[in-house]
Amino acid sequence: MKAYDIVIIGGGPAGLAAAVSARKAGVDKILILERDKELGGILNQCIHNGFGLHTFKEELTGPEYAQRFIDQVLEAKIEYKLNTMVMDISYDRVVTAMSREDGMYQIKAGAVILAMGCRERPRGALNIPGYRPAGIFSAGTAQRLVNMEGYMPGREVVILGSGDIGLIMARRMTLEGAKVKVVAELMPYSGGLKRNIVQCLDDFGIPLKLSHTVVDIEGKEHLTAVTIAEVDDKMKPIPGTEERYTCDTLLLSCGLIPENELSRNAGVEMSPVTSGPVVNESLETNIPGVFACGNVLHVHDLVDYVSEEATRAGANAAKFVKDGEKEKGKVVELFATEGARYTVPSTIDVDRMDDLLTVRFRVGAVYKNSFVSVYFDDKRVMHNQKRIMAPGEMEQVILQKSKLKEAGDLKKITIKIESE
Amino acid sequence: MYDVIVIGAGVTGCAVARELSRYNANVCVLEKCDDVCEGTSKANSAIIHAGFDAAEGSLMAKLNVKGNEMMDKLCEDLDIPFKRNGSMVVCIHKETLGGLNTLYDRGVKNKVKGLKILNREEALEMEPNLSENVEGALYAPTGGIICPFKLTIAMAENANINGVEFRLNTRVEDIKKNEDGTWKIRTNNGEYLTRYIVNAAGVFADKIHNMVSEDKVHIIERRGEYCLLDKEAGNHVTHTIFPQPTDLGKGVLISPTVHGNLIVGPTAEDIEDKEGTNTTAEGIAYLQEKANGNVRNLPLKKVITSFSGLRAHLEKHDFVIEEVKDAPHFIDCLGIESPGLSASPAIGEMVGNMLRDMMGLTNKENWISKRKDILDPSKLSIEERNELIKKNPAYGNIICRCESVSEGEILDAIHRPLGARSLDGVKRRTRAGMGRCQMGFCSPRTMEILHRELGLSYEEITKSGGRSNIVMERTKNQKGGEQ
Repeated sequence: MKAYDIVIIGGGPAGLAAAVSARKAGVDKILILERDKELGGILNQCIHNGFGLHTFKEELTGPEYAQRFIDQVLEAKIEYKLNTMVMDISYDRVVTAMSREDGMYQIKAGAVILAMGCRERPRGALNIPGYRPAGIFSAGTAQRLVNMEGYMPGREVVILGSGDIGLIMARRMTLEGAKVKVVAELMPYSGGLKRNIVQCLDDFGIPLKLSHTVVDIEGKEHLTAVTIAEVDDKMKPIPGTEERYTCDTLLLSCGLIPENELSRNAGVEMSPVTSGPVVNESLETNIPGVFACGNVLHVHDLVDYVSEEATRAGANAAKFVKDGEKEKGKVVELFATEGARYTVPSTIDVDRMDDLLTVRFRVGAVYKNSFVSVYFDDKRVMHNQKRIMAPGEMEQVILQKSKLKEAGDLKKITIKIESE
Repeated sequence: MYDVIVIGAGVTGCAVARELSRYNANVCVLEKCDDVCEGTSKANSAIIHAGFDAAEGSLMAKLNVKGNEMMDKLCEDLDIPFKRNGSMVVCIHKETLGGLNTLYDRGVKNKVKGLKILNREEALEMEPNLSENVEGALYAPTGGIICPFKLTIAMAENANINGVEFRLNTRVEDIKKNEDGTWKIRTNNGEYLTRYIVNAAGVFADKIHNMVSEDKVHIIERRGEYCLLDKEAGNHVTHTIFPQPTDLGKGVLISPTVHGNLIVGPTAEDIEDKEGTNTTAEGIAYLQEKANGNVRNLPLKKVITSFSGLRAHLEKHDFVIEEVKDAPHFIDCLGIESPGLSASPAIGEMVGNMLRDMMGLTNKENWISKRKDILDPSKLSIEERNELIKKNPAYGNIICRCESVSEGEILDAIHRPLGARSLDGVKRRTRAGMGRCQMGFCSPRTMEILHRELGLSYEEITKSGGRSNIVMERTKNQKGGEQ
């Protein structure tokens, strides 16, 4: 069996940044396993710009952003295998992979970094009634067809869901000469970034109908029309509000789901809120030496945060490889309540944490002029006002190791959203 | 001139075709869709009924029990999965406990083997996730689960290899009797002459029948909606769980599938539309309500797709398999609704025997009874798999991540007899696209393979034939590049 210090599952933005970071931390034998025919992951089909404002202070396209990291991987001579599917990861970190060239083989990994990204929620999972004709795509699949294969799914488009890929595709299809008739969003707020609503819908006069959903799909062979209706506060369609749109394409942008089949089979503990692994301050899962970062951990809004998170995962995996499993220090649990939906990480080992630790979370509704509060047990230690917070945008707080140490017999840290 | 033309390539037509392929006869199957298994056969509960439901003495009862008994040998010969997981009819109201005895008695009269009435404790021990309200159950060990696509496709392939022709995309428009007593069938694809006709047209069987007979029949399209749950929910129950039956049918069942998913359904709604395979908000809500009555904590959030199928219901609720009185040499298979899938081998045999006797058919000497399914590499050891990949590297290339389907399997599906020509064709033969992402990941990759292997342009590739094209045209940039 071959052996590597670190095996990274996925060569997208998370995997690339983790690899570069682990190499900088002095790890020699690193292997990236990528199932597609090139490195870069989903960024390869994101040909729009707007990536990298935080990381590189300039606006890059997806492939350009990916290339910055690919160049570093190449420069550092980090090994990678393309067209390679990871079939299994075991609890004791044996990775089983397969490709045309190499067949099926196993690798013993000193540490594993999970960087498999996420997938789109399909029509079937949404219980949309109607026929099941051709012409219904998840937005990302349509994006691949248009941007990578060079084919248009259709000319008259309705989009359900206002996730970022759906918004981006509204603009992309419009630029390709299609008519995007409406974007319907089940929730009373958008699931995407504000800037995408402005740049992809408003600038092109595409209406966004909040609290609306698709209630019927017509077309026995190919899609011919969809009907959308307004929903009440229990998400039930309101009779009499139906509007029928003839169309040949329905794009779905109704949420992303971290892709954790391999993690689950390995025995990684999952969070029911994020559908990603439960991790500690080192981004390490319940399996020692198995780390997670990027969209497989929790769905991010900006790739810059993915890269930053993956850099931490890479450094921590390197530490694990070099120092072995460290003894547990004092562990504090994190809780998200009252508006905050989850936190990453879920626990902090006060002794092992870095001097500054970024805790990321999302809110469950739109909050205006509200406060992000952090409690150490029952004591409020942070109280930051934010003009607006929305479920589509990730939030963060930064915790200082010194403050946690000072807090003495600290048991739990709670993040909540408060109106005053 | 054909000896026999079978109209319809669903499970009934393909079972008949396979039986006829035993004999020295010139047989052809006409199918209006792009593939076999495109109607009722593709959208049902995917189970093999034990046979205690059908009325005593009915043809339905006889063929159900017979078909069930034939299933082990048939599936072994055709190399397709079949599992006798056993079924349970669950009683949750004390006052209807007697109904279980009625079913038991009927089952015994129908010659169903191994039936047993279970008390509450026995039922819960056998199936711990049954509702707390369970009062008792009827247990039928011969109940089973099967893949209806694989069954239908395998019988078609086996018939085809034994010389039965299949004409796909061929819709019967009219049937006339020639002066010499033979038949002339007009289709959208030309005329066909034949001595005998078998009408296996499912919900369209009344239209076909009424083309030749003055004794008009009417088939009621009874729609059944289903939800299919993720494999994560596949172990929620291990038996097929039925409620107690009502006038409208056997009710909403919950069953593992032979591939490890969980299926919930069907509804039962009579509609007047032979293509009304849409799902409805009411239907799905009904399923969710009913399913929760018999099984606790059903993880309905794990639904990966919903679909509906149409049962070809006759008012008398029995199979009609006979030569039409005013149309000699025309054999009807009418009202083949549930348990039609279970009965299909017996229906095939019955029709085959009728035609053998009527036409004096003789056995083929070199009839091939067996067929190999598409290789499933997941059943191989790492060493065996490596041997396979060395010989054919396509088996090392995973196309569908959810179901772990390799390019090798897809190539096999495309190039075998009656091979796949569409995304759904590939899906039903290999399961590529049948997993939790529902083709989101693999469809562009499968399209690339269909394009390469069949010489189809991207614009010509369909989801399931007809006008179900996936893409419409090149993007602007690509058009420019080609000029």
